[in-house]
Amino acid sequence: MSTPATSSMYEPKRLGRRLAGPIFGALCLFATLIGVVVLAVLLGSVFALVTRYATSENWSSWLANVGGLSSYLGNLLSRLQSSDPESAGFRAGVFGSLWLLGMVTLFSIPVGVGAAVYLEEYAPAGRLKQLIQINIANLAGVPSIVYGILGLAFFVRAFGWEKVALGPTLWAGSLTLSLLILPTIVIATREALRTVPNSLRQAAVALGATRWQVIRDHVLPSSIPGILTGTILALSRAIGETAPLLMVEAAGSILRVPRGPGDRYTALPVEIYSYAKQPEAEFQTVAAGGILLLLALLLTMNSIAIVIRNRYGRGPRN
Amino acid sequence: MSEKFSQPPPSPPPPPDPHWASGPSRGLILQEWGVWGFLLASAVITVLTTMGIVVVLGVESVRFFQVSGVSPFAFLFGTELEPESIPPKFGILPLIWGTAVIAVGSSLIALPIGLLSAIYLSEYAHKRVRAFLKPTLELLAGVPTIVYGYLAISLVTPALKAIFEPMGITVNTFNAMSACIVVGVMIIPMVSSLSEDVLSAVPRGLREAGYGLGATKFEVSTRIVLPAGLSGVVASFILAISRAIGETMAVVLAAGSQPSMSLNPLRSIETMTAYIVAVTSGENSAGTPKNLSLYAVGLALFFLTLILNILSGLVLRRYREAYQ
Repeated sequence: MSTPATSSMYEPKRLGRRLAGPIFGALCLFATLIGVVVLAVLLGSVFALVTRYATSENWSSWLANVGGLSSYLGNLLSRLQSSDPESAGFRAGVFGSLWLLGMVTLFSIPVGVGAAVYLEEYAPAGRLKQLIQINIANLAGVPSIVYGILGLAFFVRAFGWEKVALGPTLWAGSLTLSLLILPTIVIATREALRTVPNSLRQAAVALGATRWQVIRDHVLPSSIPGILTGTILALSRAIGETAPLLMVEAAGSILRVPRGPGDRYTALPVEIYSYAKQPEAEFQTVAAGGILLLLALLLTMNSIAIVIRNRYGRGPRN
Repeated sequence: MSEKFSQPPPSPPPPPDPHWASGPSRGLILQEWGVWGFLLASAVITVLTTMGIVVVLGVESVRFFQVSGVSPFAFLFGTELEPESIPPKFGILPLIWGTAVIAVGSSLIALPIGLLSAIYLSEYAHKRVRAFLKPTLELLAGVPTIVYGYLAISLVTPALKAIFEPMGITVNTFNAMSACIVVGVMIIPMVSSLSEDVLSAVPRGLREAGYGLGATKFEVSTRIVLPAGLSGVVASFILAISRAIGETMAVVLAAGSQPSMSLNPLRSIETMTAYIVAVTSGENSAGTPKNLSLYAVGLALFFLTLILNILSGLVLRRYREAYQ
């Protein structure tokens, strides 16, 4: 600012200014498209990798490729882990992941929704509420592998106290994953509860309902679409997680489907990892097939979330 | 709402009707207390989780320092990491270096691209284009990290080899650059989504004032909107870097597990997260110095990301105070 004013400072520089705008706009559009293009290329290459191996037909016979791909994925679903790529599959992992999904749902939804209801409807403004809020915000940013370490020391080994240690069972894995997605569920549920108009609560209270009756009969039913959407997205994150499960010893070659919550297990992403780190190209194809199975599972869950969001028109908006 | 009923649990005001004079039944009161207890316990579990993390990492790290005889200073600043040698050496500076390489490399990709997409989405994009692009970018964030790791080794590393080997530069099968690229792609949606929220929240009046003075769209975007939302943008940058630091699977698969302090991004490195995974998957029993070292590395990782998250929250709060 200390430079003396010269006549050149007041020139309009029209050409430069007129060019800068469109160039910058195009650059921004290009950057945005990189994300979209990368997504398309990545998914396309997974498909291409599986299809190339699964079918002997060339690319022109498109229908045969689809048939070959689906029968290949079907085979992967029916086979167990193996050191021979020809007979390797994901049966144990798929069932393990479904067990985890069920157990994590049972643990995380009551606790996550409960914590959110407490914070929104019960907690008096004060230190405790503030502490819990800050704590949840920070928990949401803790790397997933740290939850894995917590699960390993706490659930799997219980600090060496063998009577209460859960060992590398489905209990330990699902409790670890539940803690991992708890902050996400709490944050999503609080947002959904906030969309419920206060007049609804006041009307119910005026008719003599107790606080729990207000929440159970009015607040929760009208915020359930938002809660479900956020919860399903959180659960799909839990299903895709690998690192915490490696920490709680879900790895290893488990050659059977788990029989109950106290059984040892493996999960789909963990099996993908153990195939992907093999150097042979055939295992890479098996891993790509597993990724397609995983993405199909996640896509199903996300579509359910989107259907709920569109049908009831509440939920978090973009 | 919570201000309106601040005392748990409530009792309805006694109505004049004698039928109601006794108040709510005993069962109802018990139910109220029971529900209140369950909800409070749920909220307390989240606090216990944090305490659990701190206690587990703290206690086991202390045990590590006792068992191995390494001083915390030598642990943080030692340059040799040889847990198998006798006596074992635990200097995690190579791990911190590897983590920094990934954080810097992925930021170089994700921060510019993420910021430019945020500006495009908030300033340039038509409403319909935005309605399509924003969910697509969020989809990118929902892809599991193992998928990114797989693509790094099956797609990115071969591509890097095809580019660099003809020039006579050797590319290791496990290399930092491949991991940086996929982690960068992974954190683009974090940057663009959070920055876009902040940029669209910049008051319209500021833009109108700029246009009123004859500024072009480019000038309004870069000299008015961007500075006004700068703290939100910076907060999103810090969060994205914190995510890159904690990222595990892509790094484990793509960057390998060779601790090194080299500047060459085409060589193999090891990050803190990769070390933790390597220790758990190796053959060793609980209580050995090598096994305990994973808790000490985890503690360092936890504090690193915690500091970044708190920092990001502070930066963002400053912005909120200014505009809302």
